[in-house]
Amino acid sequence: MNKKLIDLQHITKSFDGQMILDDLNLYIRENEFLTLLGPSGCGKTTTLRILGGFETPDQGHVIFDDQDITKLPPNKRQLNTVFQKYALFTHMTIAENIAFGLKIKNKSKSYINDKIAYALKLVNLEGYGSRMPDSLSGGQQQRIAIARAIVNEPKVLLLDEPLGALDLKLRQDMQYELIRLKNELGITFIYVTHDQEEALTMSDTIVVMNQGYIQQIGSPEKIYNEPENAFVADFIGDSNIIGGTMIEDKLVEILSARFPCVDTGFGTNRPVDVVIRPEDVILSSPANGRLTGTVTHLIFKGVHYEMEVTTPDGYEWLVHSTGMYPVGTQVGIDVDPFNIQIMHKPASEDEEAVKIDE
Amino acid sequence: MIKTAAKKFYVFLIFLFLYAPIATLIVLSFNASKTRAKWGGFTTRWYVSLFRNDAIMNALLNTLTIALIASLTATVIGTIACIAIINMKKKSRAIWMGITNIPMLNADIVTGISLMLLFLSLGLKFGYGTILLSHITFCIPYVILSVMPRMKQFNTSTYEAALDLGAGPVYSFFKVVLPDILPGVLSGFLMAFTMSLDDFIITHFTKGAGVDTLSTKIYTEVKKGIKPEMYALSTLIFVTVLILLLLINKAPADKKQKA
Ligand SMILES: Nc1ncnc2c1ncn2[C@@H]1O[C@H](COP(=O)(O)OP(=O)(O)OP(=O)(O)O)[C@@H](O)[C@H]1O
Ligand SMILES: [Mg+2]
Repeated sequence: MNKKLIDLQHITKSFDGQMILDDLNLYIRENEFLTLLGPSGCGKTTTLRILGGFETPDQGHVIFDDQDITKLPPNKRQLNTVFQKYALFTHMTIAENIAFGLKIKNKSKSYINDKIAYALKLVNLEGYGSRMPDSLSGGQQQRIAIARAIVNEPKVLLLDEPLGALDLKLRQDMQYELIRLKNELGITFIYVTHDQEEALTMSDTIVVMNQGYIQQIGSPEKIYNEPENAFVADFIGDSNIIGGTMIEDKLVEILSARFPCVDTGFGTNRPVDVVIRPEDVILSSPANGRLTGTVTHLIFKGVHYEMEVTTPDGYEWLVHSTGMYPVGTQVGIDVDPFNIQIMHKPASEDEEAVKIDE
Repeated sequence: MIKTAAKKFYVFLIFLFLYAPIATLIVLSFNASKTRAKWGGFTTRWYVSLFRNDAIMNALLNTLTIALIASLTATVIGTIACIAIINMKKKSRAIWMGITNIPMLNADIVTGISLMLLFLSLGLKFGYGTILLSHITFCIPYVILSVMPRMKQFNTSTYEAALDLGAGPVYSFFKVVLPDILPGVLSGFLMAFTMSLDDFIITHFTKGAGVDTLSTKIYTEVKKGIKPEMYALSTLIFVTVLILLLLINKAPADKKQKA
């Protein structure tokens, strides 16, 4: 495992008396691609701005390479930011934009020119050096913003929803490009997004945030397959989140049907939340299911069909399946024990912050 | 048909009312005859004798140097004030904008008298310095008025991007912020320059004996009896201010076309 490069310790920040970050603790390892993921307003940008030095935390410390940089101004920090709005210097050419940081470091002319050429090549915009920023498309401007940051060879690159303004196709291209850059340059990436798919595609580690609290930290697989609470489960992709009762170890009751599962240690007859991914719901004939329901909606989605199956108690199951069942069909529902994820119900007030806004 | 003719006539009347006095002034400044009553042929004699008149040339020099120094100083102070105001919270920003707007709406005579009283109570010697101080004072709001909208449009993250790339705050300001707000700063400067050039009342109250700007000079001369040189001088001032106003109006228009 690489060593810790950045350590955020007990960071607290409020604006106008409103608590935005409450005792946030987070470390980032060298060479890691870490993503801050969460709904709008949850404090992602604020966290990034504290890292960049544009905000000072009310409490807590920012440790970079074993040094406390909490009070260090942005121009003295060894990290570079790609801002949410591209923030290119509109009255300078693309080349001048890219050269900005290097000129300040008094690099030689030939070094700077080499770097400009290299960076433009890296972001696939060779020959754009003499253009002005406003003559470029949004995606091109964003790539220039990335080029401008990486020529400085920062240890860490902070990116605030850099692909937010792009269309789907370009966004996917840029995702690959960013991963390629990360692998080629060996820079640590801290990436902010509210797009869960983007987070799952690109990250080594995902930090799910809500209302200034960290909900879960883990690899994309872990976050997707083993969400720790209902918020994470709901935010990471569509899920069936159903209230149930843990009868005993490895047996859970959902909607008055018993399902074997693999989780233990929840006690007996305890209320829990159960997460079942739509692609893990197995539909069959009514006789073969633990529950029976009626197909109430059917949409063709390309790779699979999306169906809604309503069970007699009124719960609407979201189901993704390659098999098609027409609306009105009676079906049986079953789930593989490995695909049933059990979570604690939030009990204390502190945990309420993790609740999903329905 | 009749309607459009009537419309045109109406517009003509308005312009006649607005510009008849100035037209008269300009015509008279080229009148060879010394009396206003009759046209004695075209001449530039008054302009020539105007430039030979030392007292007037001195007043001209005062006017120009005061306008230049006052508007430059006001531009620097006003721009810095804008930086401070933009970084305030919404509420205090509104309050400060209100405070800076009031002096512009204030009657010149009130501003003039209050500045005079202030200088008196401070025991300052009235003269060139007091005129300069008062001009800087009343010019600042105009600079703020014209820089502020630009400042609001400015995308603060470009400034932060400059810091992020290693630039110090001062370097970032000159490299990144100033080029963006420059049209506002320039038109603020021109506006301040025009206001200073134009001012009579405030100068009248804050000048000492023996120091004159063009406007106060004209005032004293006219009291002694109107000389045609004064028509020439007033015509020149009118033309200068007109050109400045055209420049002010042109500056922002250019920028918009580019955007
Ligand atoms: N300078 C500020 N002054 C006052 N409130 C602020 C300031 N900056 C952020 N906030 C508040 O802090 C909260 C978190 O903001 P932040 O920008 O970190 O959210 P975010 O997670 O980046 O959201 P988004 O996905 O919309 O960018 C918001 O409620 C916002 O209104
Ligand atoms: Mg944000």
